[in-house]
Amino acid sequence: MKDASWNDFPIFKNNPGLVYLDSAATSQKPQAVINAVSNFCETHNSNIHRGIYTLSHNATDLFEKTREKVAKFIGTKTASEIIFTSGTTESINLVARGYGNKHLEKGDIVVLSEMEHHSNIVPWLRLKEEKGIEVTFIPVDDEGILDYKNFDVNYSKVKLLAITHVSNVLGTINPISDIVNHFRKNGAVAKVLVDAAQSIPHLEINVKDLDCDFLAFSSHKMLGPSGVGVLWTKKEILESMDPLIFGSHMIKKVTKDKATWADIPDKFEAGTRNIEGVIGLGAAIDYLQSTGLANILKYEQLLTEYALDKFKTLKDVKLFGSKLSKNRLGVFSFAVGRIHPHDVSEILNRENICIRSGHHCTQPLMSCLGVMGTARASLYLYNTKNDIDKLVDGIELVEKTFKI
Amino acid sequence: MQDPIYREIILEHWQDPQNYGVVDNADFDVTDLNPLCGDEIRITGKIKNGKLIDIGFVSEGCAISKASASLFTEKIKGESLSDIKKLGPDDVLEELGIELTPARTKCALLIYSATKQTLKSF
Repeated sequence: MKDASWNDFPIFKNNPGLVYLDSAATSQKPQAVINAVSNFCETHNSNIHRGIYTLSHNATDLFEKTREKVAKFIGTKTASEIIFTSGTTESINLVARGYGNKHLEKGDIVVLSEMEHHSNIVPWLRLKEEKGIEVTFIPVDDEGILDYKNFDVNYSKVKLLAITHVSNVLGTINPISDIVNHFRKNGAVAKVLVDAAQSIPHLEINVKDLDCDFLAFSSHKMLGPSGVGVLWTKKEILESMDPLIFGSHMIKKVTKDKATWADIPDKFEAGTRNIEGVIGLGAAIDYLQSTGLANILKYEQLLTEYALDKFKTLKDVKLFGSKLSKNRLGVFSFAVGRIHPHDVSEILNRENICIRSGHHCTQPLMSCLGVMGTARASLYLYNTKNDIDKLVDGIELVEKTFKI
Repeated sequence: MQDPIYREIILEHWQDPQNYGVVDNADFDVTDLNPLCGDEIRITGKIKNGKLIDIGFVSEGCAISKASASLFTEKIKGESLSDIKKLGPDDVLEELGIELTPARTKCALLIYSATKQTLKSF
């Protein structure tokens, strides 16, 4: 895909020789997204909603059209079901506070998995402290796959299943609808939250196929600007939820004694949203759709197979999770002998190779893997086989430096 | 040519850290954390007549933090508490003799700040 897409990303032109293998942390931005943001600032900038002048009308129109675009992108027709947040973390917090705090009771069980990001653990632990809900975790097996079939829980008490679509550490694609089916078959009447932060940049997502009630994701991992995220929820659930943030725009009427809430989605979008960020997200969706998510995935699968073959040749390198390209994305967590991940990335950085090292905001998963942290390389559409070759050379240099 | 960071001395102390382990019947036993990376260090030690007579550390940290802990514990073992308390962060970094970025400086100073904090109560 290099010929088609690499040139679209100015970061590579401005940093010759850059080997960027940290897209699971944040993606690079294509020129089209950068242009959309600056074009908005240069041509349409004004505050949206309630402006009785043409410039504001047009800005509002662009903002609301993006809401429609996002809705369509995830397979729903109802634009008011799309809430713009600051990112996946805020989206999940909105579910925990707005839905969980209101509808979950002491003793209700929230089921997570051992491969969750802290952003889908900590809000629930907070609710556990405050309300006495129970939080339990579906285990991960040695291949990095969720062992939900052997998971023992009092299904009748499970009120929420909150799991990640794709692991940010292992790249595992979780079979969401199979997991949901398993819970329903066993008698759970639970709402389902899917953390799509790692999946939406790569996989076609339809909320009906996923069979979920909440979907959370971030713009910056899918080629868009940072500071923008999305929460999708069914209209009737949204209407039953409490707002997370209070203030302007989210009200119907305010007196000295009382305020009443606006209708959805405004009720959940207090203050001024990141307007140009939302416009940029719209441009990112256009870019992904014109390139075609199926094409992107196909290309990434080739790279993933190539990388997995290369990892097999590195004898002192331990790759965590699945060694097969099936049901996984191009996220590779590894250990080089007993060398600390920070030392690995320090040496790779000298070769202009960007990887991430540490616990990746998944300390419970690290503890399952029996490590404090890992080195992680993650791929996206602008990566090439050459990037993987350079990573392999870099790892060999790490081994040489440490004399292993 | 020597590596600018991973010099012989660092690699030697990483391979074979001095004072690695837990001291029996310790007078202090603390665990400190580098919040940046989540790495933990546990320090145990014995104090007699105002002197640090034994010290041990256990860590899952990077080469820099392990080598630094090894060198620093070597330096302070057997010294009087009043002398140890006079040591500053530069004494630790000098011992390592390498240029570090701010993030990696925190790795190098984890042993220093943990020890300093612990010895305050003695």
